Amino acid sequence: MIKLVGLVPLFPLIGFLINGFFGKKLSKGASGVIACGAVLASFIISLLLFFEVEKLPTHSATINLFDWISAGTLSVPFEFVIDPLSSWFLLIITGIGFLIHVYSTSYMHDDAGFSRFFTYLNLFVFFMLLLVLGNNFLIMFVGWEGVGLCSYLLIGFWFKNNDYNNAARKAFVMNRIGDLGFLLGILLIFVTFGSISYNEVFSKAGTASEATITAIALLLFVGAMGKSAQIPLYTWLPDAMAGPTPVSALIHAATMVTAGIYMIVRSNVFYSISEVASETVAIVGVATALFAASIGLFQNDIKKILAYSTVSQLGLMFLGLGVGAFSSSVFHVSTHAFFKALLFLGAGSVIHAMGGEQDIRKMGGLKGHMKITFATMALATLAISGIPPFSGFFSKDEILAHTYEHSSVLWFFGQVASMLTAFYMFRMLYLTFYGNFRGTKEQHHHLHESPKAMTIPLIVLAILSVFGGLLGLPEFWHFPNWMSEHLSSLILRKTPVTMAHETEWMLMGIAVLAAIATIYVAYVIYRQKNIIPLKEGDKMPALQKVIYNKYYVDEFYDAIVRKPLDLISTLFYKFFDKQLIDGTVEGVGSGVKSIGGLVKLIQSGNIGFYIISMVLGIVLILLFTFII
Amino acid sequence: MINGISINYYILLSAILFIIGAVGVMARRNSIIIFMCIELMLNAVNLLLVSFSTLHNDAKGQVFVFFIMAVAAAEVAVGLAILSMIYRNVKSIDTDLLSNLKH
Repeated sequence: MIKLVGLVPLFPLIGFLINGFFGKKLSKGASGVIACGAVLASFIISLLLFFEVEKLPTHSATINLFDWISAGTLSVPFEFVIDPLSSWFLLIITGIGFLIHVYSTSYMHDDAGFSRFFTYLNLFVFFMLLLVLGNNFLIMFVGWEGVGLCSYLLIGFWFKNNDYNNAARKAFVMNRIGDLGFLLGILLIFVTFGSISYNEVFSKAGTASEATITAIALLLFVGAMGKSAQIPLYTWLPDAMAGPTPVSALIHAATMVTAGIYMIVRSNVFYSISEVASETVAIVGVATALFAASIGLFQNDIKKILAYSTVSQLGLMFLGLGVGAFSSSVFHVSTHAFFKALLFLGAGSVIHAMGGEQDIRKMGGLKGHMKITFATMALATLAISGIPPFSGFFSKDEILAHTYEHSSVLWFFGQVASMLTAFYMFRMLYLTFYGNFRGTKEQHHHLHESPKAMTIPLIVLAILSVFGGLLGLPEFWHFPNWMSEHLSSLILRKTPVTMAHETEWMLMGIAVLAAIATIYVAYVIYRQKNIIPLKEGDKMPALQKVIYNKYYVDEFYDAIVRKPLDLISTLFYKFFDKQLIDGTVEGVGSGVKSIGGLVKLIQSGNIGFYIISMVLGIVLILLFTFII
Repeated sequence: MINGISINYYILLSAILFIIGAVGVMARRNSIIIFMCIELMLNAVNLLLVSFSTLHNDAKGQVFVFFIMAVAAAEVAVGLAILSMIYRNVKSIDTDLLSNLKH
């Protein structure tokens, strides 16, 4: 049974090959069915494996498919590992992946690149499964690079728009910076432990010096920063919204961006050993959470709001990782996958109805026109804002409670970030669905609920968003916390700090009250006073302007990275390329040409001259031989 | 001494003939005259060969001369053929006009 694990990534690969090679000949229906079927098949097998693994005494199994690399002391088997962590991620990837595939068949229906879209999407699922299933860092790295490639292809899916291409390139380059860190981390692991297989590395982790472990952990974290959009490498994710909305839901909210979290949970041994590394993770995480949430406050593009929200939520997950609450972070990854995928798909449904409009200033009053979209999105918004009993409340509360155990300062900033989240999410909800319609008449006429293929995934995800919290009920409620028990075999827990129940109740109460208070503020501003965000170019207060322009981070990177690079390139171009290299090459050519020009004057074509030269030459030779 | 005449005179005559030939080749523009001058130079050499052959009582030089004459005859045949072809094409045998191969 466990042996079937090889099939999980195989199905999307087959789907990719069929759609990639024969997509143009297939009808839209056929390529949609193939793509969805491939992911559904993987999902069913993942489900079977999930229960199978639970039954195993060790809760984990490795399946060696073949020997991949064997050179000198390096030997890398192509080996899959199935354990509570990877089997849970398999379910998220294939389950949510399947829903998004189904949604896409309708969303992308009128697109010329229909089969190409599903080709990329299946390839993405394949690489993501490889990333999660690999039993050593190298297979993870292959998957890691593969999902980066698919992300690039899908962000630039509408490649006729140059801005989208630039966004795709930005994502690729930013990720490359992170990937370099990850690669160096893997190399350091190999140099230190002589192996890159998880079991061997983690069992030997205690033997290395703490400084080495810190270096490894920090390098791996640089990789996670790139993939999971943390400060300072987060700017690609908001731009990645150029891709089709299902892509944003699948890749840039539910799965790929959580790869960094998967990687850190997988190598939690390092982070448990190195205090420095885990502190860094926590601080970067909370800073990102706060920073991105504040940018989200003034965004007007519905997808950009969600993008900053994703960055902010990922920051919270890293905060959880940094304070050692690994299972809480996986819990939040799961609930976030539910509600954020739902929010993106809902936003896609809205954009679909609005005929491509993404600016929330031009929406409003959609509640009556799109009942299912509204209801599901409202549930997701409640979930992400941390209102009990929705899923986001439990996962966020768990992370914040563990953060409080660790440091009350970090907890405070995390709490502020989650308040900001509640505010901008409700701002988006009010501006989109309440009030009067602010678009054109044509758009108003065109408003409609999306077809079933789009609303059914929304409903399924809404159910998951509402009840997802059951996966990890707070321990002090005397319910079993399924998620932390599920992952307990994999995670090296530090001595748990047990907080007084009063403290836990207090934290929970603060979180809920804060969320309700901010929602009320949003309600007053955007519902009662009906304030519409300022138009482009209107004067706004200085602080708001700075935040509206995303703290000028892009401009800052432009000034400190791109401009100096441009300058150096121009310098090299003008001096080395133009003068040194071109000068040498062209100099040889023109030298030969000018000497030739001189010599050709002798070739006058006058026979008499030739003969005189010849005779003179002979006479000179004779003179030289006989006289000298 | 050959027939009472010193070898120096033979050498002198041969040199004069050769120089006349060489100057003719260099100075004249008419192809036929250039051709004749070349023959003159050849025969100057032939004369020298025969003279020394007689002086040393060695027939090898005369054998050489026969060879040279045979080769010269063949050369004349080819050369005149080329000349007549040039004349047909250019309507002239002036060598100064034949400068088509110039750069």
